[in-house]
Amino acid sequence: MGLGRTLWAIILIKVLIIFGVLKIFFFPDYLHENFTTDTERAEHVLTDLTQMPTEK
Amino acid sequence: MDQLNLTMVNWARAQFALTAMYHWLFVPLTLGLSFLLAFFETLYVKTGKEEWKRITRFWMLLFAINFAIGVATGIILEFQFGTNWSNYSWMVGDIFGAPLAAEGIFAFFLEATFFAVMFFGWERVSKKTHLFATWMVAIGSNLSALWILVANAWMQYPVGMNFNPAKARFEMANFWEVLFSPVAISKFTHATTSSFQLASLFVVGISAWFLLKKRHQNMAKKSIIVASVFGLLSSAFVIFTGDEAAYTNARVQPMKLAAFEGLYDGEAGAGLVAAGIINSKKKPGDNQDPFLFEVKFPGLLSLLANRETGSFVPGINDLVYGNKEHNIMGVSEKIANGKIAIELLSQYKKALKENNPARAEKALANFNNYKEYLGFGYLASPEEATPPVALTFYSFHIMVILGTLFPIIFLLFLFYALKGSIIQKRWLLRLGLFSIPLAYVASQAGWIVAEVGRQPWTIQNLLPVSVARSNLTPGTVQTTFFLFLVLFTILLIAEIRIMLKQIQIGPDFSGMPEDD
Repeated sequence: MGLGRTLWAIILIKVLIIFGVLKIFFFPDYLHENFTTDTERAEHVLTDLTQMPTEK
Repeated sequence: MDQLNLTMVNWARAQFALTAMYHWLFVPLTLGLSFLLAFFETLYVKTGKEEWKRITRFWMLLFAINFAIGVATGIILEFQFGTNWSNYSWMVGDIFGAPLAAEGIFAFFLEATFFAVMFFGWERVSKKTHLFATWMVAIGSNLSALWILVANAWMQYPVGMNFNPAKARFEMANFWEVLFSPVAISKFTHATTSSFQLASLFVVGISAWFLLKKRHQNMAKKSIIVASVFGLLSSAFVIFTGDEAAYTNARVQPMKLAAFEGLYDGEAGAGLVAAGIINSKKKPGDNQDPFLFEVKFPGLLSLLANRETGSFVPGINDLVYGNKEHNIMGVSEKIANGKIAIELLSQYKKALKENNPARAEKALANFNNYKEYLGFGYLASPEEATPPVALTFYSFHIMVILGTLFPIIFLLFLFYALKGSIIQKRWLLRLGLFSIPLAYVASQAGWIVAEVGRQPWTIQNLLPVSVARSNLTPGTVQTTFFLFLVLFTILLIAEIRIMLKQIQIGPDFSGMPEDD
């Protein structure tokens, strides 16, 4: 395979893995998955901001 | 109330660091080599000599390999914001929206449009149009970096914004203040000029290899001259912008400055450590020596931090425990103020829920008096405000030592190349080749100083990493950490193998008199 084709193959496979696998199966948007409105999201973040982190 | 998980936070930090460091293996070469391509091609258009065209095309091929393998690796960092760092992502959405949109509109499209012309347009457009495209790729790539670095600089020095507690968001108040903050300026100029240095060493190093192998010597010598001049000029800017970055650190992130110098007890006329071994058992507030061994330049740290050799530079102990003589508030007091800010935020939230606007307004007015300490309220102890000192110290000194060595290398290469005796200096050619990995080490070390040195903050003084994260289990983040490790390692191996193969093949001088 020539250099041009190799590079295009790398780009396509990589983009497929990044957007087709990683984004869909491993990187959901946490706030969009768990809350339906921006008000709920803001409320959730504000709740986190008003509590202290502790070691688990 | 669910408990926040710090184990997850540490895995998420490790994952972000891994991804950012791999991503930064590809970026600096793109930033710097794009300008070198523009220089080589300008020489071709000015002189009309076919040889410069072939030289340009050879380096363009290596640029294409680096670009193809590196492209889209940065998008994974944005995925991580939404998944692992959702609180942070939510809070900065309004601030980052503007610079990232600007990147998309002005820089990315500029870069992408002209990329196609640069790579595939040699025989399709006029010489001048092609040259214009190559310059636009260089400018576009560096403009892309500008917006990302502005966003990063804002986290180090959050200016031009207001915190809106009702939305739990930082909102943009002044775009220009964000764009032209001193941290943004020094970060952009230092990151780009050091990338120019890296790319110049890349060209010098590979050309040195050709000279060692006695192949394409004419091309190698010409490339060395152009890259050495660019490298030397870049080095001057790197020193200037590095000095500016340290001066800015002293103003807005004094803890980072103290950490990268291993300075525990502040002093007037503070010395700059030339070389030293950190005492790993040393903790803030104890009586142990910070160093097992050290060599200092007297007064230089004060000069670097304040432009005055006799001035006072606060150390880690001054910043953690306070120093009344120099009017430095200790972290204990900041934590107390931060807890009041959190309590007032809590009262505000409760008042909103109970639909009591009068109480909400009162809580908000009081919160505004304490909001600058908000982040400290989440710290468990004053010592938690200290970043990892040894890692920050060694990274800074590796970066500075290598950054001092590079201009000497450029100067030697330029001198012997112009004198015509570069081929006989085999030690220098070997040093040039070896300087390629050193350039990457220096570049990575710079980012370690910038990012590890500002821990525990995601947003300086306002949001520690422990609160910026999502409520995920460590296992989820561990899985993706190892996925990235495998994916990026494959990409890195691919880059090195393809690059080495293409260098081995060398430039195409077919149809021209042999240059060897």
